[in-house]
Amino acid sequence: MAEALLELEDVRARYGPVAALHGVSLSVGEGELVAVLGANGAGKTTTLRAVSGTVRRSGRIAFAGRSVARDSPEAVVRAGIAHVPEGRGTLTELSVRENLRIGAYVRRDRGAVAEDERRVLGYFPQLEERGRQRAGTLSGGEQQMLALARALMLRPRLLLLDEPSLGLAPLVVASIFGIVRALNEEEGLAVLVVEQNAALALEASSRAYVLEVGRVAVEGPSAELRRDESVRKSYLGY
Amino acid sequence: MRRRALGISLWLLAVAAVLVVYALEPRLVSDFHSRDLAHAGVFFIAIVGLNLLTGYTGQISLGHGALMAIGGYTSAALVVHEHWRDVWTIPLAGIAAGIVGFLIGLPALRLSGLYLALATFAFAVAMPSLLKKFSGLTGGGQGLRLLEEAPLQVTGLSGTVTVFGHTTTQNHFLYYLTWGIGLLGFLAAWLIVRGRLGRTFRAVRDSEVAAASAGVDLARTKTLAFALSGVYAGVAGSLLAIQDEIVNPLSFTFLLSILILVGTVVGGLGSLPGMVLGAFFVQYLPDLSTRVSSAQGVPDFVYGAAIILVMILLPTGAGGLLRRLARPLTTRLYLRP
Amino acid sequence: MLLSFDWTQLAQQVVIGLASGGVWATLAVALVLIYRSTGVVNFAQGEMAMFSTFIAWSLVHHGLSYWGAFFLTIAISFVGGVAVERAVIRPIERAPVLTVVIVTLGLFFLVNGAARWIWTPETRSLPNAFSTRPITVAGVAFSIQDLGTIAVSLAAVTLLWLFFRFTKLGLASRAAASNPVASRLVGVRVSWMLALGWGLAAAMGAISGMLTAPALASFDQNLMQPVLLYAFAGAVLGGIDSAFGAVAGTLLLGVLINLLGTYVDWVGTELRLPAALAVILAVLLVRPAGLFGRAAERRV
Repeated sequence: MAEALLELEDVRARYGPVAALHGVSLSVGEGELVAVLGANGAGKTTTLRAVSGTVRRSGRIAFAGRSVARDSPEAVVRAGIAHVPEGRGTLTELSVRENLRIGAYVRRDRGAVAEDERRVLGYFPQLEERGRQRAGTLSGGEQQMLALARALMLRPRLLLLDEPSLGLAPLVVASIFGIVRALNEEEGLAVLVVEQNAALALEASSRAYVLEVGRVAVEGPSAELRRDESVRKSYLGY
Repeated sequence: MRRRALGISLWLLAVAAVLVVYALEPRLVSDFHSRDLAHAGVFFIAIVGLNLLTGYTGQISLGHGALMAIGGYTSAALVVHEHWRDVWTIPLAGIAAGIVGFLIGLPALRLSGLYLALATFAFAVAMPSLLKKFSGLTGGGQGLRLLEEAPLQVTGLSGTVTVFGHTTTQNHFLYYLTWGIGLLGFLAAWLIVRGRLGRTFRAVRDSEVAAASAGVDLARTKTLAFALSGVYAGVAGSLLAIQDEIVNPLSFTFLLSILILVGTVVGGLGSLPGMVLGAFFVQYLPDLSTRVSSAQGVPDFVYGAAIILVMILLPTGAGGLLRRLARPLTTRLYLRP
Repeated sequence: MLLSFDWTQLAQQVVIGLASGGVWATLAVALVLIYRSTGVVNFAQGEMAMFSTFIAWSLVHHGLSYWGAFFLTIAISFVGGVAVERAVIRPIERAPVLTVVIVTLGLFFLVNGAARWIWTPETRSLPNAFSTRPITVAGVAFSIQDLGTIAVSLAAVTLLWLFFRFTKLGLASRAAASNPVASRLVGVRVSWMLALGWGLAAAMGAISGMLTAPALASFDQNLMQPVLLYAFAGAVLGGIDSAFGAVAGTLLLGVLINLLGTYVDWVGTELRLPAALAVILAVLLVRPAGLFGRAAERRV
């Protein structure tokens, strides 16, 4: 059995004295789109932070066969994992183009970076229009697209997406999810997406995990979870 | 129930200990050192006041030395020009400084953070020049010399002071006076902080927008905080004038404002118990630094290094440390197993 | 009326004002650099600049030319700034803002004391950077010293701007200042960006000091204290959230103070600083973020 691209085994994480993850195990295969669901405070964001190294964590975290459990955030980025944080993390003082450029900060192949900038702007024509604008002046939806575009500038193998639908209108959210699915299907980009909007996430993903109080409560193929009424009612609220 | 009783009795014990130490000071400390202790008390009062403003309401002020000047000069002017007895001028000095504090609070409504710092800083920098300008009232560059110009109004002229039939030396009396007022001021601050006003202050500190949405009158709260801390500073300045028996522009430079701020942060912002330590730090550190070596520049070097070290080791000040130490105790007292 | 007005004197006073402003501007840029990355005004910036100036003096004393000492001191100051950040600021990176402010106050005393210990407090002088001959432009006499000071200040600030605008490292530095958390997620080493900021600030401070000293007949360890005041005031006037604002503000302040001192009798020399501060306060009440500052968007 081929080893998954990303593997978490019994991962724990805490914020100071408060423990947020009590042993989470999950995996993302090469080219898979996996969703992490759950109520507020279940530990979804913390799980992503554990992968990107921005929270104190312990346990086994392997990416492409190599352990990244002790890596600094910079090292995790270099390994090819791009994290789009909750709330977008827009660099508001910089222009749209500068936001993109900093996305490729760790890369050394300048020619390819320029090419990627063109390609990524192709996915998001609205951003191309606003290239020189200060990123802080963009709308919520545009900032989300910018955050996504910035992550793509890394040419990552794995994309960590935290609550892309937060605070956005349904039409915008649908458009963003469409782009994410296209990237996953056409370019084989593996995606681990955290979402509160369970319906949306289950529709887009092939597998899903439901977290509850820092642990995996339910896991399985998204199609099955969608059909399972008891799971939907107890964990997903619809 | 037993735990609450234990908690309360511990508190009472602490209060009793403080009062005992306060009352028995002459047995513990010499006459000479009581003077320094009284001086530390002045810092203590000013620091408690600044803590109310900065630690609890989140408004920065680099101008508290100037507010102390208002208090000190009010006292001195009343003694020299109006022939008041020095100790009776203290309340008026506090009120005068409180009013000026209120006026300073007005720009605070528009400015915040750095800009407020500049505004209060401007006030502190301008104060010596202003004092020199209105020389009719303030004695200009010479200042007002209480002992020379109004000796009869100075307490302890004969070297001893008799209060309610008890006689002590002048230095001990100044100590009792200063720290007595200090303890009362501390109690008042404690009551304020515990009560509704204290919660309002903290709401403004933590999020002005949230506080305003909850119905807090920002303007009133901020100016009140400035006025209150001004009263404390004024009282402190007045006591300083009484202790030194002289005021001049050099007693209240920008450096004083800085010292009070340092004492407040070292003591622990938003924590009252640490303020005593903050006052002692500011009072005794310069002297200790000189003891290390009096070679040119070395005391300042040591002084600066000490401040840096203390802040690195205790980023939340002495108050933060005290809170951390007391946490196991309070957690056990107030949380169920 | 217009014809009898002394335009020559005005032009001369403006240039003199710009020269003082230029010196303040380089220190103001240092303040902005640290304010934007670390979030505090570095009260010790002036003393660090003074220390650099004394290093320059020592170099000249040991035979280096003014300009040789100038560039070597800049390099030494950069390293010194990085060292100070690593030693003193890094341990309190997550502490409350006022704690960091107090640490910079501690640095103020420490650096001042060190300078007085290493170089005893006798007065010294630095040779002039430029010749003191006057030069005539459009019939008006100006001092080469003043013009040279303005030129060097502007050049320094411009070079810094170019660095931040057009280099990868400069971009990373700006990103770290704008949103440190998000910057870490693209691989920027935010901690080292802070150190870089302090190094650049120290270098700018050194330039400020080395331009201030020659204009005086002699200097001692109190050299930079007034400069810090004016730099701070000018930066706030222009808007401390941008280097452009700080530079514009200090240049403006320089001209303003000089004109006030020249044309308004009762201001004279003593009341210049209080008068300037009064003007700044008046401006702040109308524009709380400074003349060119951006009112910060407040996230609730």
